[in-house]
Amino acid sequence: MSEMSIAISEKLKSEVKNLNFYYGAVQALKNISLPIERRKVTALIGPSGCGKTTFLRCFNRMHDLYPGNRYEGEIILYPDNINIISTEIDPIEIRMQISMVFQKPNPFPKSIYENVAYGLRVRGINNKQILNERVEKSLRGAALWEEVKDRLHDLAFELSGGQQQRLCIARALATDPRILLFDEPTSALDPTATSKIEELIIELKNEVTIIIVTHNMQQAARVSDSTAFMYLGEIIEFDRTEKIFTAPTKKLTEEYITGRFG
Amino acid sequence: MTVFEKELGELKEKILRMGAVVEAAIRDAVASLVERDSDLARKVIENDHKINALDVEIDEECIRLIAIRQPRARDLRFITTAMKITTDLERMGDLAEDIAERAIELNEEPILKPYIDIPRMTEIARGMVRDALDALVKGDTELAMDVIKRDDEVDMLNVQVFNELLFFMIQDPSTVSRATRITYVSKYIERIADHATNVAEMVIYNIEGKMIRHLTPSQKQ
Repeated sequence: MSEMSIAISEKLKSEVKNLNFYYGAVQALKNISLPIERRKVTALIGPSGCGKTTFLRCFNRMHDLYPGNRYEGEIILYPDNINIISTEIDPIEIRMQISMVFQKPNPFPKSIYENVAYGLRVRGINNKQILNERVEKSLRGAALWEEVKDRLHDLAFELSGGQQQRLCIARALATDPRILLFDEPTSALDPTATSKIEELIIELKNEVTIIIVTHNMQQAARVSDSTAFMYLGEIIEFDRTEKIFTAPTKKLTEEYITGRFG
Repeated sequence: MTVFEKELGELKEKILRMGAVVEAAIRDAVASLVERDSDLARKVIENDHKINALDVEIDEECIRLIAIRQPRARDLRFITTAMKITTDLERMGDLAEDIAERAIELNEEPILKPYIDIPRMTEIARGMVRDALDALVKGDTELAMDVIKRDDEVDMLNVQVFNELLFFMIQDPSTVSRATRITYVSKYIERIADHATNVAEMVIYNIEGKMIRHLTPSQKQ
């Protein structure tokens, strides 16, 4: 990991430094430090309850929605050098810049068009031409445009599960985020829709930095550049994905990767 | 133990069985020369198909496991190691067959000189094969490194055999056909040791995930 940190020190989009997180009195994340490379896919893997989703949610301050949750440490966003989890930072603004795509597609009960335009309207953009352009760009970015361009005003729920998930990705892309967070984005999808989303993730990293939580180890292997293995709220090992899947250094990682536990 | 772990255990056993067959072929091939036993040589040639069959069987099993189990980390390393090791073992089997063929030819003619260095080389090479596979079973990096070091001894003996035979040929051209054949045998054994070295290198990859092939000796350390 030390070699790696040196090699990538100039290419970071974000850097987690000594992050602790508490659900009330319960400490869910323990002293996590992790570099997040710019325009790369970082995967978080580990058994259920290891803290990977908790960790992901720190990046867009999702935990602020519940009282009693507490962060310690820093998540620095580059190049601005701001600490995402600082109380001085507005979580709403952070969520515009760091968007999340969830396990189950959750489109709004609105048209395809309005789902994508929503974030822009919240930001006060109402110019029809600008909205049209941004909606098309986002839908193209999410590889959905060709399938929906003739039915933009249909209700989003009329789309298939895989299409709905890509719509959610388009919605996330519309506000031009710096980081995209994926929380098990394909666990509710069939294999064909899954592979479309995976292809999309690989394509999207040309534009945006991605962090993905997945239970599917092969998915982490397929889409990510680096992988962090988490266990009991800690990062046990972090390295190039290829290294993690061929020759992990820690015994615990090896046991998990090879399906001996978890 | 999971089904997959059982399958990996069986794969390991098959590799060891193949190693034992190959090692016996090397031993018998050289014995057929030293003891001038052409029947034994013919047996070695006839038995080579067993080694070939194991090679194919192990490869097919590895391909099946990759497809079905999507192996990762040490399982992935073990299966890829198995595929490469069997290729080397199969080549050793072919070389044992080549030695047996030269033995049959040499056994037809009067003995040129007592075989001294050839059995010595063979002992070292066989020990290398055995220890490389032992290192695989025990996960013993040091033993694998030791195998790699021993290759130099075999190389030196090969040069020595060649020089000695060259001297025979210069002195008496009637020895050329026999001396050339013995040179071949020496070279075959030297090649067997090279393949054992490859096996040992893959064993180190299997244990540590490091590829040390084609590195200089100091880099290997």
